[in-house]
Amino acid sequence: MSAVFDSFSRFYASSIGKKILVALTGLILIGFVFGHLVGNLLIFAGQDAINEYGHLLQTALHGSGVWIARVGLLLAVLVHIVATVSLTKQNNAARPDKYGQHKAQVSSKSSHTMIWSGLTILAFIIYHLLHYTVRIGNDFDKDAYKIDLHGEKVHNVYKMVVDGFSWAPASIFYLIAMALLCSHLSHGFSSLFQTLGISTDKSEPLFKKAGYAFAGLIFVGNAAIVLSIWLLGYGR
Amino acid sequence: MPLDSHIPSGPMAMKWSKHKQDSKLINPKNKRKFTILVVGSGLAGSSAAATLSELGYKVKCFCFQDSPRRAHSIAAQGGINAAKNYQNDGDSVHRLFYDTVKGGDFRAREANVHRLAEVSVNIIDQCVAQGVPFAREYGGMLANRSFGGAQVSRTFYARGQTGQQLLLGAYSALNKEIAAGGVQMYPRTEMLDVVTVDGHAKGIITRNLVTGKIEAHAGDAVLLCTGGYGNVFYLSTNAMGCNVTATWRAHKKGAFFANPCYTQIHPTCIPVSGDYQSKLTLMSESLRNDGRVWVPKKKEDIGKPPGQIPEADRDYILERKYPSFGNLAPRDISSRAAKEACDDGRGVGPGGRGVYLDFAEAIQQFGAKTIAERYGNLFDMYERITGESAYKQPMRIYPAVHYTMGGLWVDYNLMSNLPGLHVLGEANFSDHGANRLGASALMQGLADGYFVIPTTIANYLVHQKPGSVTAEHPEFKKALEVCTAQTKGFLACKGKRSVDSFHRELGLLVWDKCGMARDRAGLTEALKRIPELREEFKTNVIVPGSGDACNPELEKAGRVADFMEFAELLCLDALNREESCGGHFRTEHQYPDGEAKRDDENFCYAAAWEYTGDLGKPTLNKEPLSFEEVHLAVRSYK
Amino acid sequence: MSQLNLHLKVWRQNAGQPGHFQDIEAPDIPDHASFLEMMDIVNERLIAKGQDPVAFDHDCREGICGMCSMQINGVPHGPEKATTTCQLHMRKFRTGDTIWIEPFRAKAFPVIKDLVVDRSAFDRIQRAGGFITVRTGSPQDANALPIGKEVADAAMDAAACIGCGACVAACKNASAMLFVSAKAGQLNTLPQGKPEKDRRTLGMVRQMDKEGFGNCTNQYECEAACPKEISVRWITKLNRDYAVAIVKEALGNSPKVAGGGD
Ligand SMILES: Cc1cc2nc3c(=O)[nH]c(=O)nc-3n(C[C@H](O)[C@H](O)[C@H](O)COP(=O)(O)OP(=O)(O)OC[C@H]3O[C@@H](n4cnc5c(N)ncnc54)[C@H](O)[C@@H]3O)c2cc1C
Ligand code: HEM
Ligand code: SF4
Ligand code: FES
Repeated sequence: MSAVFDSFSRFYASSIGKKILVALTGLILIGFVFGHLVGNLLIFAGQDAINEYGHLLQTALHGSGVWIARVGLLLAVLVHIVATVSLTKQNNAARPDKYGQHKAQVSSKSSHTMIWSGLTILAFIIYHLLHYTVRIGNDFDKDAYKIDLHGEKVHNVYKMVVDGFSWAPASIFYLIAMALLCSHLSHGFSSLFQTLGISTDKSEPLFKKAGYAFAGLIFVGNAAIVLSIWLLGYGR
Repeated sequence: MPLDSHIPSGPMAMKWSKHKQDSKLINPKNKRKFTILVVGSGLAGSSAAATLSELGYKVKCFCFQDSPRRAHSIAAQGGINAAKNYQNDGDSVHRLFYDTVKGGDFRAREANVHRLAEVSVNIIDQCVAQGVPFAREYGGMLANRSFGGAQVSRTFYARGQTGQQLLLGAYSALNKEIAAGGVQMYPRTEMLDVVTVDGHAKGIITRNLVTGKIEAHAGDAVLLCTGGYGNVFYLSTNAMGCNVTATWRAHKKGAFFANPCYTQIHPTCIPVSGDYQSKLTLMSESLRNDGRVWVPKKKEDIGKPPGQIPEADRDYILERKYPSFGNLAPRDISSRAAKEACDDGRGVGPGGRGVYLDFAEAIQQFGAKTIAERYGNLFDMYERITGESAYKQPMRIYPAVHYTMGGLWVDYNLMSNLPGLHVLGEANFSDHGANRLGASALMQGLADGYFVIPTTIANYLVHQKPGSVTAEHPEFKKALEVCTAQTKGFLACKGKRSVDSFHRELGLLVWDKCGMARDRAGLTEALKRIPELREEFKTNVIVPGSGDACNPELEKAGRVADFMEFAELLCLDALNREESCGGHFRTEHQYPDGEAKRDDENFCYAAAWEYTGDLGKPTLNKEPLSFEEVHLAVRSYK
Repeated sequence: MSQLNLHLKVWRQNAGQPGHFQDIEAPDIPDHASFLEMMDIVNERLIAKGQDPVAFDHDCREGICGMCSMQINGVPHGPEKATTTCQLHMRKFRTGDTIWIEPFRAKAFPVIKDLVVDRSAFDRIQRAGGFITVRTGSPQDANALPIGKEVADAAMDAAACIGCGACVAACKNASAMLFVSAKAGQLNTLPQGKPEKDRRTLGMVRQMDKEGFGNCTNQYECEAACPKEISVRWITKLNRDYAVAIVKEALGNSPKVAGGGD
């Protein structure tokens, strides 16, 4: 057991090891972001649909499902953050004397700002959790946000979302975060296949395209919800 | 002094086996007590250092580059010969031996050449085992190509980077031994002198090129694997750092310098474009497998674009003069043919110093794609340097100094006349006679390092008490002082001319008077001019900076000072050798058709020069050469 | 042939001291000269004026030894693709251009003087496993082990690396992954190198980390700057080989990591 642990700590201490963890956790987060978007889009299917979905999540595995997911995601985010912050620090330390001129020839802007897009997403995640999950500083826990669904009293996700995005500052922050997530993914998505040792000359262009498509989808999908509520008054 | 080359007795084909049997062995426990100083980390040095360390000796290895992997061997492009006969085209150890002796124009030592041909096959096995990625056929077998001076395909190659791949192989073996603690590596360290104690080479003086520190290293034997002296010509295909310093200073400590006038001119180099030029670039002569060498028949045509000169007005000089070898004639012969055409006023390009190497026909026959596969990197290189595309117009080429067959005299054990001082690779004189065939320098470097010295060094060491001399010995102190004083002298001179300007002038002089063709008048003139230039160098050179830090100008000053002295010996030897052979062409000695005329009666010997303290008056020692197997004959490639 | 008038901004530094850019005018430079020949001309003029010439590394001047190393206008080896500094020619510049000339910068490549840096970290990485353990002697006949042309060619692609360090210089993280992956990849690809594959991979990666190089962020600036066009696919392979080796080390019968290194 300790030999395995030793190996793991050496794995984590190594450059490639950390990166593999970033890629794996990134993959988990990608899965989550996608699932989350699909769920969110139910808002366009009407109040009942999304509330039913919310209720399902809350009660899966007798209510423990959501916790398993939360802990898993929290872990993934934590590992992702701790590893990327440490990598970024090492990277900065690897060139203490900067160039007078340093030109990037092929890399994208997004790939140079991963830590900033990432940290903004982190700030957003915290805000988002406080906003909709812990529900601090709002009335989303009150009775006004309970509703009858098939004879059961459930949380009115629909109303919560609609009310949440009717407040401009929240919407704007949400949009910025989604744009940066899009940027993060435009590099991160295809990058993870390289880190995991999967990319080939033929598959990498496909991963790149898939990455742009995915990043675009996440942005457009999530932004559509915000914009249609905030600007078009959907659901109000 | 009589020269004993210690050639084993017995039939040629058995000499090396017999010598291996007869060579002394050193008890494994004792090996660890011997320290061997290996100067140089090219093919010869790296392979020797690694193998000696594997055997158990303690090794210190030195090179002036920042990493042993960058030794000049890295630049070899074309390939390495071996008598594997994988092509079933009639090759054998004997044929490689024969070709090499003949190619050397009967001025090499037969026994050494035979040994070289014998171990050539082991080299390939060794390199493949190390992971050297030689070219292969689809079936997974090794591929071969043919090379100048041979009618069989026995050359192994790794794209256009054979030297780099072989050196990386030797470097990996060296690394393995450094990691294992057997070799201590000193990169960015230049050897300034050999230290002799009671007539034996027991150490060296070095300068650390980063800190400037001048240090003494003692050992039980010294191996010089420091490459050739082609940079005496300033412009050559050699790397900028190649120098004669190590061998020259050893010479001044008593080691004989043999056949310095045997210098090789390579036919397929990119012509000089201006006086700022710092080096010449060689393109592998494998280009001549598909390229055809020509010049316009008529002088009026030299200014015309080549495409506008009709077939009938082209003179394919090599095909015309040497119908059976054609464009694959040996280097000296091809080079001279180009020079003749240019002297005749039919040269092309700037200054009329160039001939065409035309691929149009090959491109038509095999397609541009195949040609690109074969020579793509060379074509790219040519285009980068000249701005012209060889796919669209013929290349322009001109001969350039490339390799030096001469070097320190060694016996069959690769030991010089100075006991303990061994010399390997291009730095020695033994295997190529007056001309080296393509793809055989790499072979020699690795043969010496992997297979010869590990056996033969014991014949010296067995008589030595390990560690008997330390760097505390007064001889080391003395040598340290001399080297320190020289360095200080350069810095204190504060003259007007840069080191490079002297080197350029010396190079041009030697190239003019002692280059592709030499004659008495020119050599005499050079011999008068060289000492003058040397005197001016002493009083008028400027070396900025300090001695106790990284100072490239100071490094160059030391090297050029040695070239200044060596150049005189080079010309003296050329003047002494009243014949033409291989790379040494005396215009007084030629057949009516312009071919080199050897004089076997009077010059069938290796000239081993001894330093006397007077640079202009060295003593000539002769090692007579006898030819038992390959009978002396006029070397003809017609 | 025409002449160029250039403005140079050259990094000057002595080991262990802070450096600075020096403005040097370089008029009348022949456009057929190579970049290093341009530097030679500049140095000759500095010497004539009694000033300290610019120190730079170089040797073969034909793009194979990997010694030359200059960051030219923010790009290692300058603007030409697949070209070393020594093979770069002045005809690629225009008269009036300002040219920034800096050393390859990385913590693992300390400056020795001006443009000369210490790249011995590469040697130490190689010593940590970049070899096949075979003694000089009589290995089997070279043709006893057939190696498919594709495999041999792939190994040759990796082996073309000249160890110049441009990949490190180009990378925003000063990562040495392209170099290390090419070196490990050549041997890991060949059947001769298979027995030591895991040991080699772990040894070299660990030494690389110890030297203080940064981490790869998959931006491929290294590949773009590499004068020998080493492909980032070698990095893919190194990532894969490392993952396999580490899993085997953790769960299998653990190999010992190649010794030495520093
Ligand atoms: C462009 C070119 C192409 C060639 N192509 C081929 C080819 O295709 N086939 C072939 O067979 N041959 C070829 N050759 C010839 C061949 O490459 C060399 O002859 C051979 O590699 C020499 O090896 P070496 O080990 O003797 O010396 P080198 O490789 O020159 O090594 C010399 C070593 O000595 C060190 N050194 C030198 N002086 C000192 C000093 N004073 N102090 C400390 N260290 C010192 C250097 O640092 C270096 O490590 C070519 C040569 C050139 C120039
Ligand atoms: C939903 C949230 C997130 C997703 C989907 C995500 C996804 C990814 C992916 C797929 C990668 C590429 C991994 C690789 O190259 O192998 C990546 C890299 C990175 N992530 Fe995230 N990430 C998220 C959140 C964050 C956060 C909160 C941070 C904050 C620090 C962050 C910082 C980084 C950094 C710096 C990298 C670059 C690492 C590298 O290229 O080596 N990410 N991310
Ligand atoms: S991978 Fe390319 S850039 Fe990096 S050291 Fe090798 S040749 Fe230079
Ligand atoms: S000087 Fe050798 S690669 Fe540039």
